[in-house]
Amino acid sequence: MSCGAQAELLEAYLDGELDLVRSMEMERHLSECETCSVSLRRHRALRSALGGASLYFEAPKDLEKRVGAELDKAMKASSAGPVFPWRWVALAASLPSMAILAWALLTTARTASDTELLNREIVSAHVRSLMADHLTDVPSSDQHTVKPWFNGKLDFSPEVRDLAGEGYPLVGGRLDYLGGRGVAALVYERRKHAINVFVWPEPSGKATFEGEASRRGYTVIRWRRSGMAYGAVSDLNLAELRELQR
Amino acid sequence: MPPTERERFERTVLPHLRAAYNLARWLTRNGQDAEDVVQEAYLRAMRFFAGFRGGDGKAWLLTIVRNTTYDAWKRAGPAGLTVGLDEDTPEVEDDALGPEDLLLQEASRQALMEALEALPVELREALVLRELEGLSYKEMAEVSQIPIGTVMSRLARGRKRLRRCLEERSRGGTA
Repeated sequence: MSCGAQAELLEAYLDGELDLVRSMEMERHLSECETCSVSLRRHRALRSALGGASLYFEAPKDLEKRVGAELDKAMKASSAGPVFPWRWVALAASLPSMAILAWALLTTARTASDTELLNREIVSAHVRSLMADHLTDVPSSDQHTVKPWFNGKLDFSPEVRDLAGEGYPLVGGRLDYLGGRGVAALVYERRKHAINVFVWPEPSGKATFEGEASRRGYTVIRWRRSGMAYGAVSDLNLAELRELQR
Repeated sequence: MPPTERERFERTVLPHLRAAYNLARWLTRNGQDAEDVVQEAYLRAMRFFAGFRGGDGKAWLLTIVRNTTYDAWKRAGPAGLTVGLDEDTPEVEDDALGPEDLLLQEASRQALMEALEALPVELREALVLRELEGLSYKEMAEVSQIPIGTVMSRLARGRKRLRRCLEERSRGGTA
């Protein structure tokens, strides 16, 4: 007996994949066709054998825990970067630089140069100006107010520039005392960070430190221009402080 | 993955670990390989979870388990892929046989296990997805990335072969 297309659909019927209309057609066919109903019985027997033989492989009890741990690890690695190895690489890399820094600190401490002393004074003056709430004697963002203010108070006239255009608005000026002499302190602001720029005259013949230093979390840079020495100090990073120098 | 995503992942994907292991175990035919596959599959699942558009997490995860297994075989080279695809094997005639019910009643769990393990991988895969995981044809097509027509023909071939294998076994066993 030829069953035609129905035979092909027998397993789909068995698997419950036929729509209602075709299911009913199949049931009608099965009632008439001995071959197909035998075939269906055999399929059902195989299925119940497969289902009853507990062929299902159960996962080891701790697999879920291990998978969870792997996922945690992967998540940490992706959210914070590859934390574990790089931290050690960074530490290893920093060891030589720490040694150099320690050596540099030791040598500078040993020579206790004027430069170092003055840098220390610059930082102290900066901290004092913030602590005593005495940042400015002349609070003004107008360079033409600040510059004349120094007249008669110092034996030189500092160059005063408002750098608001560069993101360093002038806040005011103040008198301060560094290295045994009165100096002009120009106060700038950068994103709420105060910057003190100390200015004093320096004869061109005198060797002056130019460069940067860092103490107690503050950055100091020093340079000279047109017979004046400058010392800028802030808790800003070096790059931002350098911007101001230009 | 943000914490809320992780939560969603744990709700929709993690509960299917049992199915993931069962499929991996049947495909690899080895407990240790299956565990490795499951671990890697879950890592992949987490990576690709953003691309999961919701719906059935089980079929989605099993797709990844299957792909992870096949990728592992590909990595292992020709030696890893001991599973020749079987699409071209000529159909065996479903000849009239004696009472099937009797035959299958005698088939022990061990015999069924071995018969199923001996099937070509794509037929084994189809039978496991259908008979053990209870996936629909549509889900099977998604997991195995084949048309539904191929799902049906693989199931038909798998069942035929399984039955034949059991018959031969029982004949050999009683002889």
